[in-house]
Amino acid sequence: MTKRVIVKTDTYRDSVILMRISNSITEVEGVQQAAIVMATALNKDLLENLDLLIEDVVEATPSDLVIAIEAKDEASIEVALLEVDRLLTTRETSEEGEVIPKTLSSAIRELPNANLVMISVPGEYASREATKALRRGLNVFLFSSNVSIEDEVKLKQLAVENGLLMMGPDCGTAIINNVVLGFGNSVRKGTIGIVSAAGTGLQQVSTIIHDEDFGISQAIGIGGNDLSKDVGGLMMIEGIKRLAEDSATEAIVLISKPPDKEVSNRVLEAAKRSNKPVVVIFLGGTSEEIERHSVVSAATLEDTSKAVCALMKGKQPTRTIFTAERNEVVALADSESKEFTSDQQFIRGLYTGGTLCSEALVILSPLLGTIYSNSPLKQEYNLENSSMSKDHTCVDMGSEEFTVGRPHPMIDYTLRKQRIIREGEDPKTAVILLDVVIGYGSHDNPAGELIPPIKEARDAAKKEGRRLSFVANIVGTDLDHQNLRKQQKQLEEAGVIVMPSNAQAVRLAALIATKGTIADLLFEEDT
Amino acid sequence: MTDDKNIFNKELKVINIGIDTFPKDLKAQGVDVISVDWRPPAGGDLDMLKLLEKLEG
Repeated sequence: MTKRVIVKTDTYRDSVILMRISNSITEVEGVQQAAIVMATALNKDLLENLDLLIEDVVEATPSDLVIAIEAKDEASIEVALLEVDRLLTTRETSEEGEVIPKTLSSAIRELPNANLVMISVPGEYASREATKALRRGLNVFLFSSNVSIEDEVKLKQLAVENGLLMMGPDCGTAIINNVVLGFGNSVRKGTIGIVSAAGTGLQQVSTIIHDEDFGISQAIGIGGNDLSKDVGGLMMIEGIKRLAEDSATEAIVLISKPPDKEVSNRVLEAAKRSNKPVVVIFLGGTSEEIERHSVVSAATLEDTSKAVCALMKGKQPTRTIFTAERNEVVALADSESKEFTSDQQFIRGLYTGGTLCSEALVILSPLLGTIYSNSPLKQEYNLENSSMSKDHTCVDMGSEEFTVGRPHPMIDYTLRKQRIIREGEDPKTAVILLDVVIGYGSHDNPAGELIPPIKEARDAAKKEGRRLSFVANIVGTDLDHQNLRKQQKQLEEAGVIVMPSNAQAVRLAALIATKGTIADLLFEEDT
Repeated sequence: MTDDKNIFNKELKVINIGIDTFPKDLKAQGVDVISVDWRPPAGGDLDMLKLLEKLEG
C-alpha cells in the first residue's frame, strides 16, 4: 500500500465538485481511499482520520487544495492523479473563451443588468458576499447554511431597507419568474404566490398545485429561521407585501414550522392586509390563531395546496385523508399486511426532505403514539443514534450528521440504499416509508437507485418468511427532467405503493403497519 | 420599494458565487448567468478577514 498527499496552494473548488471528484477517484482501479478537499480545519480532521494528514497539510490554509490518495501501488496513484487533474480542469459552466470574473464587481461589469446573486460559499464567508450583493442593489438567494442569526438579521434588514429580496440563509429553493433556483420542480406559471420557510414544504405544495392544474406566480424561499423571535419574520412579511402588490398573484400560501407567537401575529396581520385569499400552514401548530385573523389554516402540505386551489375556484376548502375511497385503501392495507409476521409492526420512514419528515411525525403521533426521530416532536423521542432506528422511526437523512463530507441524500443515494437494506433486516420492520424528491438539483434517476436495494431487502426478508411493504410519495411533476410518471411507473413495477402526497403515504403506512386496526381513528379525522 | 429593484416579472439575470452546478441548471432554463471564480478571501484566515472587514467599514 502506498500514499501520496499533494497540496496545491491557492486553488479553490466548491465542496460539491470536490465530493464528486473524490467519489470518481475512489473508483479508479487500485485506489483504496481518496480525499480531494480544501484544507479547512474540518477536512484536516477528516484526513487525520484517514491517516493521510502530513505536515504540509497541517500548515495549509482553507484556500489551498489537498489531494490525498492511498492505493495499492505507485502506478495506480499516477493514474488517479491524472484523473484528478482532468476533473479539476473541467469546469461545468465555463465555455471556451468565456471570461470568468474573480469578483462580484467584475461580474457586474460582465452582466450589467444582473438582478440576482446566488450564493453557496461556505457559511463563514457567506454574509460577507451577501452584504456586498445587497449593497450593490442586487437580490440574493443564499443557499449557504451556518450563517449566524445576528448576520441573518443584519442581511434581512439591509434587504428590506433597500427594497430587495434576501432569500435565506439556508434557502434550498425558490421559483422566481418561473425559473427554479436551487433544488426545485418545474411547475406551470400561474397565479398562486408562495412564501416558505421550508424547502421541501415549498416543493410539495408547488407540485400539488401544478397537479391540480393551477400554477405558481412566484415562490419565495426565506430560510428556516425567518419566523424565529430574533429574525421576526422580516422576509416573510416582505414577501407577503410583494405578493400583495404583484398583479399576477391572486392568492397567497405561507409555509413554516410554528413561529414565535409575536412573530406569528405580525405575519398573520400582514397576510390579512394583503386583501388576497391566504392559506397558512404552520406545520404542527394550532389553527385558532390563524383563523382569528380571518386567514385559512391547513394542517398538511397537501391540504394547503388543495385549499388554495379551492379558493381560486370560489369553493370552500376541504380536507383530504385519501384521494381513493375508504374501502379501496383498507383493502390495499389488508393485502399489504396479510403476510406480516406477528413481530412486524413498525414504520421506518427514511426521508431526504426535512419538512416531509416533520409532517410524517405530526400525522403519525396522534395515530401511533411515540415516533422516534433525529428531529423529533419532543426531545424525549430523540434517537440516541440517528443511524439506528427504534420502534416507529422517521429519520431526516438530509440533516447534518448524514451530510458532513458527502452530498445531500437527494443527490447521493448511498446512505439511504444501505439504510433500506438494514431496516429490512430488522424482523420488526413492517413498512419502509420513503420520499422521492425529483427536479432540479436532485439525482437524475432516483427510482433506478432505490429499486435494487428494495429488491434486495425484500428477497432477504422473504428468505426469513417475512414480507416487507414499501410506501412512497414522489415530490415532482411531469415537467421535471426525471418525469414524475416515469419514476412512479418504475417504482410501482418494483412493488412500491406510490401515493399522491406525503400525507397520504404516511397515513397508508400507518394503516398497513397496524394491519388496518387504526382505520376508524384515521377516517374519524374526516368527520 | 423602487421598481427597478423588483425582480418580479422581469428577465432574471444571475451572478453565481459558489457551487458550480447551479449555473448549469439556470442555463438549462434559458437564464443568463455568470459565475464568479470565488476563493476564500484573506486566504481563508478568518481573523484577517475580520480585520479586512473593519478596514472596509
